[in-house]
Amino acid sequence: MREGDQEWDEGSPERLYVITGGRSASTADSSLDLVTLIVARSGPTAGMQPEAASILRMCHSPLSVAEVSAYLELPMSVVTVLVDDLLASGKMRSRAPVAAAQLPDTALIEAVIHGLQRL
Amino acid sequence: MDFKGSETVAGPRSEDALPETATAAVKVVVVGGFGVGKTTLVGSVSEIRPLTTEETMTQAGVGVDDTVGVERKTSTTVAMDFGRISLNEELVLYLFGTPGQQRFWFLWNGLFDGALGAVVLIDTRRLEVSFDVIGRLEERGVPFLVAVNSFPDAPGYPLDELRAALDLPGSVPIVACDARDRASSRDVLISLMRYLHSLAATREVS
Repeated sequence: MREGDQEWDEGSPERLYVITGGRSASTADSSLDLVTLIVARSGPTAGMQPEAASILRMCHSPLSVAEVSAYLELPMSVVTVLVDDLLASGKMRSRAPVAAAQLPDTALIEAVIHGLQRL
Repeated sequence: MDFKGSETVAGPRSEDALPETATAAVKVVVVGGFGVGKTTLVGSVSEIRPLTTEETMTQAGVGVDDTVGVERKTSTTVAMDFGRISLNEELVLYLFGTPGQQRFWFLWNGLFDGALGAVVLIDTRRLEVSFDVIGRLEERGVPFLVAVNSFPDAPGYPLDELRAALDLPGSVPIVACDARDRASSRDVLISLMRYLHSLAATREVS
């Protein structure tokens, strides 16, 4: 039996390889963090890769890269490649995560505390 | 080629969408052994049903020249549950529950590097799994507190005894919590933030 006759495994390395166009899905070179907020600047266009189109559709309001990964049921490493492409082509923009370089400043932490106290 | 289902990918429910004004996100990592209640804690404070992001230990692209030989079972999928709290119109907090084993930590780029801090959730019935986690966080310079999840059948040690047993430095907070309870879980996060605040204030003065 040929491999292609098997049911297409949603999480198989082969499928992920196809989605990223065969590129290495290393996240090391990306500036994207799990909590980078991304927003679509335009809707999907005809002939666009389905996964990329799905990302644009679900990001009509801001969403973290981690949420996109969860909703698409794709690994972060794959989503990172797709989102980097969409950012590079200007179809999305990102809102940089708050860089906690070493320790975050007190004002940021106070904002977090105030938010938590309202829960 | 079959991309079945890709047209119907859902995305967030309308009530789970963030407002347009959301501009910044921060994250806290909840670390603990299997079954210690990470997802319970995340779920009890999260405004969305906890979501799961997965990563494969075998990266896509590895061995693709020989796809016929790829055994599906050999690529381990590691899942990480997370939740979200909108703190105000602009600021969003994400909570990630991650296993204690360090080999998982590197699967997610910058999981700890960009985090405000970490909660080490422990079960007094299985203290031994916490030693490694605490040691690794100290090595990486990640500020953390220890939260003791109160399981009904777990032995209730005084926190001072647990601090000694875990060899925790006096500066690291240790708190008791009930991960099922929203207010209790929220208080763990507030305790962590107060600790981070004291660290940051010390840093700013010096």
